[in-house]
Amino acid sequence: MKRRDFIQLSGMGFGAMMLPNIPIIGNSVSQEALLDGGIDVALKKRLADAALNAAKAKGATYTDIRIGRYLNQFVVTREDKVQNIVNTESYGVGVRVIANGCWGFAAVVDAKTEADTAKAAEEAVAIAKANSKLLKEPVQLAPQKGFGEVSWKAPIKKNAFEVPIKEKVDLLLSVNDAALKNGANYVNSVLFMVNEQKYFASTDGSYIDQDIHRIWPIAAVTAIDPKTGKFETRQALSAPVGMGYEYLQVNPSDKVTGITTRYNKGYDMLEDVTAAAQQAKAKLTAKSVEAGKYDLILDPSHLWLTIHESVGHPLELDRVLGYEANFAGTSFATLDKWQSKNFNYGSKQVNLFADKTQVGSLGAVGWDDEGVQTKRWDLVKDGTLVNYQAIRDQAHIIGEKESHGCCYADSWSSVQFQRMANVSLAPGKTPLSVEEMIKDVKKGIYIIGDGSFSIDQQRYNFQFGGQLFYEIKDGKIEGMLKDVAYQSNTQEFWNSCTQICDERDYRLGGSFFDGKGQPSQSSAVSHGSSTTRFNGVNVINTARKI
Amino acid sequence: MAILTKEEAKKIIDKVLAYSKADEMSVGLTGRRTGNIRYARNTVSTSGESTDLSLAVTAVYGKRSGTSTINEFDDASLEKTVRRAEEIARLAPENPEYMPMLGPQTYLESNTFSQSTADINPDYRAKAAFDSIDPCSKKNLVAAGYLEDTTGFFAIGNSKGLFGYNKSTSVDFSITVRTADGLGSGYAIKDYNDVSKLNTKSATEVAMQKAMASVNAQALEPGKYTVILEPAASVDLLQNMMRSIDARNADEGRSFMSKKGGGTRLGEKLFDERVNIYSDPTNQEVPNSGFSGDGRPQEKINWIENGVVKNLYYSRFWADKKGVKAVPPPNGFLMQGGTQSLADLIKGTEKGILVTRFWYIRAVDPQTLLYTGLTRDGTFYIEKGQIKFPVKNFRFNESPVIMLNNLEALGAPVRVSGNMVPPMKIRDFTFSSLSDAV
Repeated sequence: MKRRDFIQLSGMGFGAMMLPNIPIIGNSVSQEALLDGGIDVALKKRLADAALNAAKAKGATYTDIRIGRYLNQFVVTREDKVQNIVNTESYGVGVRVIANGCWGFAAVVDAKTEADTAKAAEEAVAIAKANSKLLKEPVQLAPQKGFGEVSWKAPIKKNAFEVPIKEKVDLLLSVNDAALKNGANYVNSVLFMVNEQKYFASTDGSYIDQDIHRIWPIAAVTAIDPKTGKFETRQALSAPVGMGYEYLQVNPSDKVTGITTRYNKGYDMLEDVTAAAQQAKAKLTAKSVEAGKYDLILDPSHLWLTIHESVGHPLELDRVLGYEANFAGTSFATLDKWQSKNFNYGSKQVNLFADKTQVGSLGAVGWDDEGVQTKRWDLVKDGTLVNYQAIRDQAHIIGEKESHGCCYADSWSSVQFQRMANVSLAPGKTPLSVEEMIKDVKKGIYIIGDGSFSIDQQRYNFQFGGQLFYEIKDGKIEGMLKDVAYQSNTQEFWNSCTQICDERDYRLGGSFFDGKGQPSQSSAVSHGSSTTRFNGVNVINTARKI
Repeated sequence: MAILTKEEAKKIIDKVLAYSKADEMSVGLTGRRTGNIRYARNTVSTSGESTDLSLAVTAVYGKRSGTSTINEFDDASLEKTVRRAEEIARLAPENPEYMPMLGPQTYLESNTFSQSTADINPDYRAKAAFDSIDPCSKKNLVAAGYLEDTTGFFAIGNSKGLFGYNKSTSVDFSITVRTADGLGSGYAIKDYNDVSKLNTKSATEVAMQKAMASVNAQALEPGKYTVILEPAASVDLLQNMMRSIDARNADEGRSFMSKKGGGTRLGEKLFDERVNIYSDPTNQEVPNSGFSGDGRPQEKINWIENGVVKNLYYSRFWADKKGVKAVPPPNGFLMQGGTQSLADLIKGTEKGILVTRFWYIRAVDPQTLLYTGLTRDGTFYIEKGQIKFPVKNFRFNESPVIMLNNLEALGAPVRVSGNMVPPMKIRDFTFSSLSDAV
């Protein structure tokens, strides 16, 4: 990791959990600092105006400024031990301008005076002018009206930073204890909490103050059979969400019962990790899957990742145009396919939409990072590709007059660019429960939880694993399977979709760590769906001997 | 300003330690100047430069520790940071695995700094990008590339008298060239401490050749093939394997290094006897700091010798518990090879597939180190010692442990991502499906 300001949380057992090593941007601070509201909004406006005026004086034709304060807290445990408690804060300002038709960006840490923000603005103009010498086409920015002085707050019920550390530690240690008593040999658990305090202003006349909260309870248990030397893991079925601590205070109505309990707007960590320990142990003696074609029943705790990789990414316009060719890749969903108005992305049942307003989702904000009010729009309608995800400097390419509002930067110090909105599969229109769906399956596998994932650079060929696999024979769940992964091709897969449960089963999954760009930036994004059936998908057996 | 000398760094660290009222205190001081330029569609898309200097103080009372960081260096700020770390430490829960800080250590000197890289400016980056874009534009090819350079230092010190300082530079360059019709794609990657070794034009020419040669790829049936893996293809699998040789995971029974019935497979021959992997911070091609982030010395360590696993790496806590030397994880590795070039390996191959790189590699099973991923940006069929035609990309499902048992031949190692990796010829490499991606 070569970016500045990263504190690498190593030695936390994340490797064993198959989770990404979590990089945090910011300075380590006390718990109290997380509750301090940061600088006053009136001062933010003065800092913003200083930058907007300074850039204009130097010849910028457009300027925006983001004043950002980013707070994180991690509580990390394994078995009966607290491994780490980390609080971080990162504060600074990023200014973006257009001068000579070219973008320029400059950022400054700890900017608290008008002189600081004006200097950053002047630097951004100088960079834009220098880059304009290599410019081929001037930036075309979709028009955007100003909103004046407005604000947006995530509708949380309990700020997680207000909950005492002891309460969080007690929760995780009780969860770990339950796992160990129920057959786990090892357990790691983490609470990861985020608050983004973002102020945006632009020469369009917007001054937008936003307060965004996210929480992610993470756990993984390992069960070992010393006789065979084999081990199995089961990760939590929690989702990262755009909520406060109320996500961990669960109501019975938040639970989805069935072969194993899954969770909607509240997560019972103790119950889930207890089940995880029992299931990890059961996996040790589960039947190894026989490779072949199966009908797959995919739970929303699993399907979110398949949607993310096979729909969210290929429909990002910057990838389609080639801006990510050297890193994340391009896309099979080329402009000619969209222009044909008959590209068959999926079966008639398949309706996929982008949405930056969904309550409780990771992507929900009032305005994006270039001052565009957020909305919902269709990507695939009745199976046909109808749109992409585009921001202000891309809208003209797809003949639209306004941005979709999905521009994001992961820090005040990063330049904002097009990022994935929450992309979700609309629930089925006719009433259908999971039990009714399974009843008609002759030879199938029911998959719960996300696991291993991999997809090619144009988003055709993919392979996904999972956490729990149940064999379905003649409409009945027979028992647990292991060593399961499925492979398919995006268009073939979405065309094999035959049934989608109704909105009663609609749930969100997601990630804090969607990576894109060089230098790489992380974005948090949710994906909703109801349980969905895909027919005749190729399943491989992943067991090997070494 | 961001890059302090050894003396300047020591002065600040000593001042911070003098403020300490804690049982133990350690200080980390890091400074960095990093710049980048990114281009796509034959034009520059973003470029920037940033500098940073930051100090992290860890205070310890008994087995309780707290860390505080700051970017300001006046006396009052330094003292405030010390007091805050102490306050956080007092409130922290005890860490039963806490290990007392190390005393003074002796570190190997390593040549990780190059003035030519430290001198990189925006003009250099623009020229490097132009040298890559221009030949592509002239041949109606489309370039997308990224160059990032870093000059930095890291210093550590503690209340028991330990002090370490390392100054380093690095430059990373990658280029993807695509044909205008999107039917061909090629890639090249280079990294050095000394930028005078980097030639973005010649690296781009390799990517251009691969892009043009990969047009109209033919589909081969998935299955087991003899492959020649270029170092850029095998490096990620090898890196993943090297990151998985942690002793604690092995002892706990949840690693490919765990032994049936308990214990580890340390000392077992797990690979072909030609497999030799070691780390050495003083190596001239891939120099690294003589100490790890927690102050442990980095020394030459043989990890795999003639196919036998000779060392696992340890946390200080686990090594203490097991009564062994606490060997830290390496910063990079060197895999020994032969003298043959990539061209020689191709020449000696009856039937096989040349792989430029792998992409989107993810763990499938930690028990067997099974990984999946895909070929990308230049995959070719070899017959009778010659490249015959480009082939469509494959998905693989393979373990580096199995791969290093199916070794046919090794070429001369080259530097890739801070490691030395030889081109390798491997038999029975498992491709499980085809991809339409270019």
